[in-house]
Amino acid sequence: MPATATSTTYEAVIGLETHCQLNTKTKIFSPVSTEFGAPPNTNISPICLGYPGVLPVLNEKVLESAVKTGLALNCQIAPYSKFDRKQYFYPDLPKNYQISQYDLPIAEQGWLDIELVDPVTKEATRKKIGITRLHMEEDAGKLVHAGSDRLSGSTHSLVDFNRAGVPLLEIVSEPDIRTGAEAAEYGQELRRIVRYLGISDGNMQEGSLRCDVNISIRPVGQKEFGTKIEIKNMNSFSAIQKAIDYEIERQTKALEAGEPLYQETRLWEEGSQRTISMRKKEGSSDYRYFPEPDLPPIEVSKEQLEQWRSELPELPAAKRDRYETDLGLSPYDVRVLTDDHQMTAYFESAIATGADAKQIANWLMGDILGYLNSEKLNISDIALTPATLAELLQLIDAGTISGKIAKDILPELLTTPVDSVAKLVESKGMTQISDMSAIEVMIDELIAANPDKVEQFRAGKTKIQGFFMGQIMKQTSGRADPKLTNQLLVNKLKG
Amino acid sequence: MPSIRELHKQLVRKERSAVEITTEALARIEALEPKLHSFLHITAEAAIAQAEQVDAKIAAGEQIGLLAGVPIAIKDNLCTTGIPTTCGSRILENFVPPYDSTVTRKLKEAGAVMVGKTNLDEFAMGSSTENSGYGRTCNPWDLERVPGGSSGGSAAAVAGRQCPIALGSDTGGSIRQPASLCGVVGMKPTYGLVSRFGLVAYASSLDQIGPFARSVEDAAILLEAIAGHDPNDSTSLKVEIPNYANLLRPNFRPKSRLRIGIIKETFGSGLETVVEEAVKKAIEVLQELGAEIQVISCPRFDYGLPAYYIIAPSEASANLARYDAVKYGIRAEAADNLLDMYKNTRAQGFGTEVKRRIMLGTYALSAGYYDAYYLKAQKVRTLIKQDFDAAFEKVDILVSPTSPSTAFKAGDKTDDPLTMYLSDLMTIPVNLAGLPALSIPCGFDENGLPIGMQLIGKVLREDILFQVAHAYEQSTEWHLQAPNLLTS
Repeated sequence: MPATATSTTYEAVIGLETHCQLNTKTKIFSPVSTEFGAPPNTNISPICLGYPGVLPVLNEKVLESAVKTGLALNCQIAPYSKFDRKQYFYPDLPKNYQISQYDLPIAEQGWLDIELVDPVTKEATRKKIGITRLHMEEDAGKLVHAGSDRLSGSTHSLVDFNRAGVPLLEIVSEPDIRTGAEAAEYGQELRRIVRYLGISDGNMQEGSLRCDVNISIRPVGQKEFGTKIEIKNMNSFSAIQKAIDYEIERQTKALEAGEPLYQETRLWEEGSQRTISMRKKEGSSDYRYFPEPDLPPIEVSKEQLEQWRSELPELPAAKRDRYETDLGLSPYDVRVLTDDHQMTAYFESAIATGADAKQIANWLMGDILGYLNSEKLNISDIALTPATLAELLQLIDAGTISGKIAKDILPELLTTPVDSVAKLVESKGMTQISDMSAIEVMIDELIAANPDKVEQFRAGKTKIQGFFMGQIMKQTSGRADPKLTNQLLVNKLKG
Repeated sequence: MPSIRELHKQLVRKERSAVEITTEALARIEALEPKLHSFLHITAEAAIAQAEQVDAKIAAGEQIGLLAGVPIAIKDNLCTTGIPTTCGSRILENFVPPYDSTVTRKLKEAGAVMVGKTNLDEFAMGSSTENSGYGRTCNPWDLERVPGGSSGGSAAAVAGRQCPIALGSDTGGSIRQPASLCGVVGMKPTYGLVSRFGLVAYASSLDQIGPFARSVEDAAILLEAIAGHDPNDSTSLKVEIPNYANLLRPNFRPKSRLRIGIIKETFGSGLETVVEEAVKKAIEVLQELGAEIQVISCPRFDYGLPAYYIIAPSEASANLARYDAVKYGIRAEAADNLLDMYKNTRAQGFGTEVKRRIMLGTYALSAGYYDAYYLKAQKVRTLIKQDFDAAFEKVDILVSPTSPSTAFKAGDKTDDPLTMYLSDLMTIPVNLAGLPALSIPCGFDENGLPIGMQLIGKVLREDILFQVAHAYEQSTEWHLQAPNLLTS
């Protein structure tokens, strides 16, 4: 946390600019593969390279993804929108202009709800973050600097145009964010949304989700914004949070020391856990935007819009509400279950069999998540299907196996696919012993063999009951019905 | 040199082979190139190979289309697979595209025989073909004079009978004005009728590809072959293409009387008397053919030129940004850093007029100037469209001179860009409105230089333009005159 002595006098004003790479099969304006990790300059065409005379043709899937994301972010979808040329010279930009959207973006004026769960109290608080706009644009290529791992010191640069023309959504938030934690949660919620929509893999390491932060600080109560500083180069949500917290502290210290702040772009350095100045801003850049004459304006009909709206899945916030209200799960559990769309799908498919949501949640959040974390696996990597998990719980419910037995066979179920848990426990002789007379015989034998311990119990040392219980479980390999055994044991010990 | 239909007849009757026709055209090109310099590249080998294919088809008894075996010249801003495409610019002197423009692909499929790539003002910016990075083209009627531009090479090639037909591109008059100055037919189709894919962009919202020919019928046949929707061009229109040539009649007999409007504003000052008289006589001929003539005012017509010189350079400044030495084209030697590589390459590679327009456009789009220039020019464009719309409520086609003067002497206007720009005064508003228009020969001046009349049609009414132009052509003999090149 930033210095507590100053955090009461200053507040941060933060907005995020997020670039989200869409997972369409082909690029935004050319029928060329968008596959990540291909050898340099293999996913290219004359169109991607801006050869003379070539023309862009909009990939309709990009428009659909943009509109659906706009709807998911509660935006107004523009009935009339257009593309513009954003002009600047850079070797990774084949035409030396980027086809983007300027004054008529496809979506504007939305919001998303973030939910922050206190790590200690596990209580949730909600906050609405405004979305200024969302627009479509093409990505640039990539420069690879040779002779050094940084631009400075390199002898020459190589250009890889594979990424040139990969579709992007740029999503700009209102400056409603106040802390690093809120920013990280905003980014995560955005990622959940695009993943739920299935329009992007939201992978920050591969750069398919990139967040730039605009941050300034001001005394609490002041209306005017402070000096705006941009932070780039964060490739995880925790880096976003740390970079912001670092900046808040740095800027606060500077202001308190009477040092001026400059409008600048700073880079987050993961190694040293600090931000460093990249460039000071000299006025605003002039991109000489003008309407792209090679692409007709975009008009989304009402019918098309309603069609796309009807195809929207249940979104993370709605799902969280439903889990908390209808299923009675805790905010913390809900968050874990809804964070990862595969986990969510698993959970939903398990409860679709009629299994108890709380129990499924407990198992998922407990042993299964523990296993996933320790093995660094995803829920989709395990052999245990949602149906099998439901069956396991149903066997406990019916008294066929004990909870302990269930936990014992879980590791096997996680790694080996089975058709039926019932058959498995049957073949392993793991079914629960609920035969009262058989248990009574065992208890009688134990009481006869341990008269001293029976004495102690009857003298008031009731804890000794655990000894008898343990012995029976030992003899039955844990298969004795614990509830029944306990009941019988108490009766026999009391005489 | 015979017409397309005549060549087709000769081929199917096996009177001449495609190889013979091609060889003859190539010989004529070779003989006249020292005088005209219409071509930047002559593609003799590929032409003979294409002609042989056509002959093989004929020999096999296969049906061939009208354009099969017909020699054609292509403006060098249309991309052609494996053949240099320079746009008349030094910056692309080593550029060989790995793809065909849609129009050249269609022509190839139709069996047309490309004999070469023609000269042009660099990146189609100019009205005289003097702005070429590879030397000027001469007007076949007077070698001292310019052929017009920017498609001067294509116009000269057709006028000089180096080949029967050619393709050009027209952004502000670049087909019609050289057609007028060279005494041939040239048409700019409705914006979106012909795919621009593979046409190296000058001003994307104005550029259109169109035909040059010695007769209206040949132009109609060629347009039909290249027109039509192309999924690779988002601005291409989804429309059915009529069989233009089959609609032609020696006289026009429309259901109702054909109404022709004379654009008042094009007969003002700056128009050479001889041009004015020739066009007025041509209008009388149209009247005799049965047209109803009236004078129409397009009050904002004259604002077309200034609006054009904001919009076209603005688009060009972006379109030409890609020539940065990174991916193709020339790269200047001895640059120490990126900025120098850009600056040196572009300084060496671009000519004066191209640099002028890049600067004009860059300025017009700059923050603080955008509203005053680019946005205002777009508003003017809308007003000009409205003028045309209003005019077309009263008439079916509009008529004007194509160019205010006949061909001028090389060097006469190179020092004065504004005077040069005025050459396109009559043609520019048509591009701004996206309308179809053609230029047809309608006389000669006292020096024997051709005069052209411009006919402007409603959107997608190329058919009417062709019909009127054809009827006019059939009742006059201007198009039958040829420059006397081989003896001069």
